[in-house]
Amino acid sequence: MSRIAARFAALKSQGRGALIPYLEACDPDYDTSLALLRAMPEAGADLIEIGMPFSDPSADGPTIQAAALRGLKAGATLGHVLKMVATFRETDHDTPIILMGYLNPIDSYGPERFCRDAAKAGVDGLIIVDVPPEEADLLAPHTTANGLDIIRLIAPNTTEERLRTVLTGASGFLYYVSITGITGTTSATEAQLNAALPKIRAQTDLPVAIGFGITTPEQARTASRIGNAAVVASALIKTLATTLENGRATERTVPTVVDEIRALAAAVRAT
Amino acid sequence: MNETSPNLSSTLRSNSLRSGPDDRGRFGPFGGRFVAETLMPLVLDLEAAYARAKEDPGFRTDLDFHLTHYVGRPSPLWFARRLTEHLGGARIYLKREELNHTGSHKLNNVMGQILLARRMGKTRIVAETGAGQHGVATATVCALFGLKCVIYMGATDVERQKPNVFRMHLLGAEVKPVTAGAGTLKDAMNEAMRDWVANVHDTYFLVGTVAGPHPYPEMVRDFQSIIGTETKEQILQAEGRLPDAIVAAIGGGSNAMGIFHPFLDDPDVALIGVEAAGHGLDSGKTAASISRGRSGVLHGNRTYLLQDANGQIDEAHSISAGLDYPGIGPEHSWLHEIGRAQYVGVTDNEALDAFTLLTRLEGIIPALECAHGLGHVMKIAPTMRPDQIIVLNVSGRGDKDVNTVAKHLGVEL
Repeated sequence: MSRIAARFAALKSQGRGALIPYLEACDPDYDTSLALLRAMPEAGADLIEIGMPFSDPSADGPTIQAAALRGLKAGATLGHVLKMVATFRETDHDTPIILMGYLNPIDSYGPERFCRDAAKAGVDGLIIVDVPPEEADLLAPHTTANGLDIIRLIAPNTTEERLRTVLTGASGFLYYVSITGITGTTSATEAQLNAALPKIRAQTDLPVAIGFGITTPEQARTASRIGNAAVVASALIKTLATTLENGRATERTVPTVVDEIRALAAAVRAT
Repeated sequence: MNETSPNLSSTLRSNSLRSGPDDRGRFGPFGGRFVAETLMPLVLDLEAAYARAKEDPGFRTDLDFHLTHYVGRPSPLWFARRLTEHLGGARIYLKREELNHTGSHKLNNVMGQILLARRMGKTRIVAETGAGQHGVATATVCALFGLKCVIYMGATDVERQKPNVFRMHLLGAEVKPVTAGAGTLKDAMNEAMRDWVANVHDTYFLVGTVAGPHPYPEMVRDFQSIIGTETKEQILQAEGRLPDAIVAAIGGGSNAMGIFHPFLDDPDVALIGVEAAGHGLDSGKTAASISRGRSGVLHGNRTYLLQDANGQIDEAHSISAGLDYPGIGPEHSWLHEIGRAQYVGVTDNEALDAFTLLTRLEGIIPALECAHGLGHVMKIAPTMRPDQIIVLNVSGRGDKDVNTVAKHLGVEL
C-alpha cells in the first residue's frame, strides 16, 4: 500500500479527516523551509504539500506568487526540492509528501528523470497544475513506472461528464479546488461544499482533499469533515511572510508557522 | 519530443501545411491545452462555440460586414517605389495593416472574437496587452457593443505606451497595471488568465495573439488570415505572380501567422519571421524565442520559450513593447522545425534605423514592431534581383511610439 493510501486508511479508522499544510520550497531559504518541513508532522500535518517555485504561477494568487519569487531568489531548483524531501525522509518514513507545481521546470528536467528522482527521494504524489487529463500522457507512463500518484484537480465548474475524464488515471486522492479562482482569495461556503462533494463521491472511492481559500481552523475542520482532507496554503504563507525581515527568515519564522499548524490540527482533530 | 512525433506525421500526411492543428490542438509537437482544470471547461466551451460559428454562414456574413464597414478592409497593398529604389534590389510592397481602424492588424482578431463572445452570451471582456495595440482594439470594439472591458498591461508597458493607455481610458476600459515580474506582456498574460478563472460565468478572455491554449492559436490565425488572403489577390493583380518572400515581425506572431498562412502551400514563397533581437541575439537582452529559446510550456501551450536551464521563464527584452514576450505562437515553432518558415533577428538599433527610413521615404510612420520586419527587408532586398518581389506586413502605425523613438534619438518632446 502506498504511503498516501495507508495514511488515509489510518485516518478513516480514527474517524477523522486529514490536515495538509503547504510550504513553498526555499521560501525564504532552503534551511528555513527544510526546518519547517521537518517540524510539520509533529505539529499535526497528516500529509504535506510542497510547492515547486515557478516564475509564472498563473493559477496562484499574490501570496503564493510572492512565495515562489522568494524561493527562486533563494536559488530554488527542482534539485533542491528533491534534496529537501530526501533529507526529510531520513527521519520520517510515513508522512506522505506531495509536490505541487507547473509543468515547465519538470519538462526542462525531463519528465522521466524527474519521476525517477522524485520517487527515489521519497515523494509520493504530484499535482501539476497545468497538466489536465488531455495532456497527461506526458507524465503518466513515468509516474506509473515509479509508483507516484497523479493527484487530479476538480473544480466547481467540472461537469459530471467531465468528472469521468478527470477520474481516468487519477490516483492517491482528488484535490477539490473549492472556488473558481486563484489560490488564497475567496472561500467556499459550507453549503457549497455540501452540495459539491456528493457529486464527486458518486463517481469515485478516492479520498477528496479540499483546498483554495481555507484559512481558519474552523474552515479546515469543516472541509476535513465534508471532504477527507483540508489543504491550507496561502494562510500559512501569509503568516510566514509576516515573520520575515527584509525578506529574510527570523528566529520567529518556523515557530510562528508551526503554531498555526498546531491550531489547525487541533480543530481538525477535535471531536 | 519523440513521444509526440506521430502527430507531426499525421499533420503532414494530409498533404497540406494548412490543415493544423490536430484534434488535440497541436501543430506537430507544439500547442495543446496546458491549463488548470478550472480553465478546461472554459477552453472546451470556447472550442465548441468557435466550431459552431465557423460552420454558420451568418457568423461569416456578420464578420465580413464589420470588417468592411467598421475596420475598413481590405487594406491596400502599396508598391514602395522610393524604398525599392533606395535599397536597389527586389521590388518591395507594403501590406498596409496600419490603415485599419485603431491603427493595427489587431482589430481583425478582436472583431472576430467579440462577435463570438456575444454569441456565447458573455458580457465582460478581459485582455492582455503589450504595446497597447491589442488593448486599444479590444476597448474599441467593447465600446462599439457596450461590453465591460478590463485590460491587463504590465506596469513597465503602461509607462512606455502612455498614449495607448489614455486611449483605452477614453474608450471606457479599465486598465489594470501588472507589477509582477518585469511588468511586461508575459505578466499581463498571467494576470488576465487569473481574472478569467475567477470570473468564469460572464467573462470572455480575448487573447491577442496566436498563442495560449487551443483553440486560441487556431482561432486568432483564422481571423488574421484575411491579411494573407487579401495580399495574395492583390499581388496577383499587381504583378501577375506570387511574391518571392513575405516578411513580418513576430512577438506572439499574429500578424505574421495571418499573412503567412494562406501561402503555406506555395513552396516558392519564402516566409520570414523577424524576432526582436533586442541588444543583439547573444546579448542576453532579447525577445528572440525561436533563435535563442527552446521548447517548453507556458500560458497554455507548448512552444519555443526563452528560459533558463531550470525551466524558469526569462524576461524578454525589446525596444518594442509589442514584441517583448518570451514565447511565440506554437504554429510558428512548428513551421520553424519543419523548415517552412525562416526566423531571423533584428536589433533595437536596426529597427530604429528602419523606422526613420520608412518615415522619410514613404511617408509612413511604422510601429516599432513592424520596423523590425523592415530592418530585415533592408538586409535582403539589396541581395535580390530587381524582378523579385518582397511583401512586408506593416502591421501597425507608429504614432504610439514617437515618445520612445524621440528618447532614443535624444530629442525632448
